[in-house]
Amino acid sequence: MYRIAQKTGVSNKRAALYRLIGIIGALVVSSIFILIAKKNPLQVYTSMINGAFGSYHRIRSIIIKAIPLAITSFGISVAFKLRFWNIGGEGQIMMGAFGAAWVALSFPDLSKPLLLLIMALTGFVFGGLYALIPAFFKGKFNTNETLFTLMMNYIAIKWVTYLQYNAWKDPSGMGFPKIADFSQNAWLPQVFGIHIGWIVTLVLAVVMHIFIKHSKKGYEISVVGESVNTARYAGMNYKKIMLQALFLSGGLCGLAGMIQASGVGRTLSVTTSAGAGFTAIIIAWLSRLSMPVMVVVAFLFGAMVQGGVYIETAYQIPQAVTSIIQGMILFFVLGTEFFIRYKIVPIKKEQEQGGKE
Amino acid sequence: MNLTNLQLFLSAAVIAGTPLLFATLGEIITEKAGNLNLGIEGMMLMGAVVGFITAYNQGNPILALIAAFLAGAFGSLIYAFLTVSLRVNHEVSGLALTTFGTGFAGFLGQAYVGKVVPGNVRQAFGNIKIPLLGDIPFIGEILFNKDPMVYLSYIVVIIIGIYLYRTRKGLNLKAIGENPAAADAAGINISLYKYVNILIGGALCGLGGAYLSLIYVPAWQESVVAGRGWIAVALVIFVTWNPYKAIAGAYLFGGLDILGFRLQKFQLNIPQYFLDMLPYAATIIILVIASVKRSKKNLPPQSMGIPYFRENR
Amino acid sequence: MNDQAYVRFHNIVKKFGTVVANDSIDLDVQRGEILAILGENGSGKSTLMNMLSGIYMPDSGSITIDGKPAVIRSPKDSIKLGIGMIHQHFKLIDRFTGYQNIMTGITSNTLGYKKSVKKITELMDKYELHIDLDKYVYDMSVGEKQTLEIIKVMFRGAEVLILDEPTAVLTPEEITKLFVILRNMRKAGHAIIIITHKLNEVMEISDRVTVLRKGKNVGTLNTNQTNILELTELMVGRPMEPIIRRVECEPGDVYLSVEDVTAYNHEGIKVLDNISFELSSHEIVGVAGVAGSGQRELCEVIAGLYPVKKGSVSCMNQEIVGKTPGEIIKMGVSMSFIPEDRLGMGLVSSMDITDNMLLKTYRDGKGLFINRNPAREMARNIVKKMDIVTPGISTPVSKLSGGNIQKVLLGREIESNPKVLVTAYAVRGLDIGASYTIYDMLNKQKEKGVAVLYIGEDLDTLIQLCDRIIVMFSGKIAGIVDARNATKEQLGLMMTGKVMMYV
Repeated sequence: MYRIAQKTGVSNKRAALYRLIGIIGALVVSSIFILIAKKNPLQVYTSMINGAFGSYHRIRSIIIKAIPLAITSFGISVAFKLRFWNIGGEGQIMMGAFGAAWVALSFPDLSKPLLLLIMALTGFVFGGLYALIPAFFKGKFNTNETLFTLMMNYIAIKWVTYLQYNAWKDPSGMGFPKIADFSQNAWLPQVFGIHIGWIVTLVLAVVMHIFIKHSKKGYEISVVGESVNTARYAGMNYKKIMLQALFLSGGLCGLAGMIQASGVGRTLSVTTSAGAGFTAIIIAWLSRLSMPVMVVVAFLFGAMVQGGVYIETAYQIPQAVTSIIQGMILFFVLGTEFFIRYKIVPIKKEQEQGGKE
Repeated sequence: MNLTNLQLFLSAAVIAGTPLLFATLGEIITEKAGNLNLGIEGMMLMGAVVGFITAYNQGNPILALIAAFLAGAFGSLIYAFLTVSLRVNHEVSGLALTTFGTGFAGFLGQAYVGKVVPGNVRQAFGNIKIPLLGDIPFIGEILFNKDPMVYLSYIVVIIIGIYLYRTRKGLNLKAIGENPAAADAAGINISLYKYVNILIGGALCGLGGAYLSLIYVPAWQESVVAGRGWIAVALVIFVTWNPYKAIAGAYLFGGLDILGFRLQKFQLNIPQYFLDMLPYAATIIILVIASVKRSKKNLPPQSMGIPYFRENR
Repeated sequence: MNDQAYVRFHNIVKKFGTVVANDSIDLDVQRGEILAILGENGSGKSTLMNMLSGIYMPDSGSITIDGKPAVIRSPKDSIKLGIGMIHQHFKLIDRFTGYQNIMTGITSNTLGYKKSVKKITELMDKYELHIDLDKYVYDMSVGEKQTLEIIKVMFRGAEVLILDEPTAVLTPEEITKLFVILRNMRKAGHAIIIITHKLNEVMEISDRVTVLRKGKNVGTLNTNQTNILELTELMVGRPMEPIIRRVECEPGDVYLSVEDVTAYNHEGIKVLDNISFELSSHEIVGVAGVAGSGQRELCEVIAGLYPVKKGSVSCMNQEIVGKTPGEIIKMGVSMSFIPEDRLGMGLVSSMDITDNMLLKTYRDGKGLFINRNPAREMARNIVKKMDIVTPGISTPVSKLSGGNIQKVLLGREIESNPKVLVTAYAVRGLDIGASYTIYDMLNKQKEKGVAVLYIGEDLDTLIQLCDRIIVMFSGKIAGIVDARNATKEQLGLMMTGKVMMYV
């Protein structure tokens, strides 16, 4: 017989090691699914890595995939810091992209810097406002924000579907349901062959890190997240802080949407968000809300998706396997938390016998 | 809308509401055990895909349902192991389960996209009119001339109702959700209760998913669940953890789900896409209503979402 | 050692991480006996008893019951062995009725409602325990809850009854009633263990007393062969006069004045009813009352955290009612509040000492960013001045012991040189040494001219420390008495609304 006891004093290094072991465990167990597909897991994983990192071109597309993941993670983690479970990244990305598209399609002839700036601002504001709605109700009635933000995702996607298939449908698309491409002025410029979203990501990582750790507002967000009562006690207006933080959270997601629409899709479509809002939750959580770590994790997740695309064509293994691996990694890393906080102690022999008498 | 039309509409609402009903009942007993499982969407998908594949390959409806039941239970077993044995955060575990379930369904289902449920299985899930009850004017047709799964859902409601409100075991279960430390001190085996109820809860979600892929659609498509799992989580709040009220809540949302489709006949000037938003918008509205009129009687189980460890004081 | 021992602990060791909670403890209790376990907070009393009730398992050592070795892996095992524990924090389900609470977890009994109620009623009559079985726990008073707990364990056939600090939340009258019940049970042949840190109760109720200090059994004595002084010395580890010093000062100007304050909670129930009193410089005013009589609400009203329906609160002649805590800070009102919930309100548990210093001063300085240097300086200062035991100023406060947490909070608040200091249960959970440090600090503040409001639960402390005592009863002031000639019995009667009195 065993019993469970709490333990203390696990160093950060050791905890990181546990998590790494967890990730490896996840990959091992996920290989069951590769075996189901009658493929050799080792071979598949190796070619996944090759498919992700094998050439400059591939690394470039990892970075392109990682950009929205990282920026959305920054946004999501501002809300998480506040213990506000913003599962609505997907919808906020869509609304940000919608705002940006609206500007891009309305003023196609504005000069490039000005147009991009207005698009970015509009995207930020639209995403922010979209996140403010659940935040308002949370503050006013303590309405469950997890489900609220989730439902807002579906509504945003239906809204963009409506635009794509109906209101904004490109008449020159020969019946194909798509929104017209943006004018060239609304395309993000490229540096080293990648749209400048990567520079934005790196700058935001530093800025947001400093914001959370060293600004007055960041301190307030941390306190409110820890205990609303303490915040009230310290004279903070926690409802106002929540609204501000959620505007920032949604705004960053909206900015990610603008970058996707402008830098990758060249227009708005129902696939603009491509699940980034959900993946970002996993990334934010795995990174323990640290922005610099998020950049790395987002890159690795980008690599995983990229590798998934590659093995789909190379081995006819459904791309959904990457979702399985993501879920599995979460399961395992969650599980390792147990071993960081608890230990299993055997119950001594003599005590054991005592009970049987 | 004349009377026949209304009857047809309500009849369809019951069918559209049945998968929600299964999932809602599953989440009710899970939450009564003090566990918030946000993995319903994932478990429904797992049940839907496994049920469909079994039906397609084996052509046996009973086997398909059993498979879906087990698939849902398997999903919740992962969740239960994480939250009960390893005492991990409930929310993240549930989200992980949904991610996993989505991948699971996409992976296993890819070869079956667009395939249709075999005829004999569809036949087995055909409508059976219940003698006497089925002859009640108006209502009989809506409630008692349905497929066997609908009847199964009625039975599950009654069993869960009796379990929660009439048995000692139900009392123990509620005690765990309210105050696990008190239940523990009273000598209740908390882990066992949690495991059993979470597993049954997951299995019911699996059945709900199978209803979608086997009876409601009945074909395989990846987006078969389409957020219904999340709506079920909200429904649990709306029906204040009461299995009897869950019937009304599920059918109401079933009605909203098909409203868009039905209204098209009336040549309304509303684009389909806005009507498609209805169930989601309505979910938001019920969430707000539930939060505004919170009272002592309809609060969630007090310790829901908090992992229990005896030595924590 | 006693040969008739019914329950015996032998060489019990229990560690939490590196902390040794119980260090080779031997202890025994027999039938028809009341054993008191005396010790300070943190001396390991509850840990020891929780090994009997199945909450913890010992790291080593053994327990025998009725001469047979017992392994208690869970509360279920414990119940089977006839052990019943009344925990300090009641293990009751708020939204169940008394009856439902009793029946929870009982699977062997297949009696229906009526027969079960009859059985429970017989039990209640036998021991003079009386409650309304259909009442919901959230509607019960503390005394009723405790009675319910006792019925619950007796219904499960407990032979050994353990009570963890049972009198902490009771009025003197309820304590008398409880002791009658315990004597009845002793007569019926039960073995009773009562955990306490109150010496006079040990003397009044127990047959024998075992004293624990820092996890060790430092002596077991027959109660009629010892006295309070000897027990104190054993418990604290050094000779000590268990009397709190009151500093005599001439009261000065009125610093805080509360007039006709009435407040309702969110369910629309009146929680403060026409409260009026004044608090002057050089004065400590105590607030006594049964838990939940409006003390917490009163503190929060003064701190601007609770909505007021009518009335006024003025601090240094500035009206506070209607202002948020943020506005009160901006107005420059010199007031500090030490809340009851230290980690949940006064401090941020996951943050370190430095960041907790920032809580009220982070707004200082221009710009968007925080300057942490003054906070670090202040943290170092307080650690030194208050003798806070901590690995460093960057240790999360949740890792500190209860006494040190309270010192961090008090240190920060006193550092801001308040004119009015409101403290709620400032010594709850602290050991005697730490408690006396806190009393000394409050006295020093009083000498400096601070007006102190001290919300307390121990009537002896209130009488010894304060100048005046406000007694609250269900949201009203039942009376304000001069502490110098108040008695516990008189305060107790006022706390239950039986006597109203003004001085």
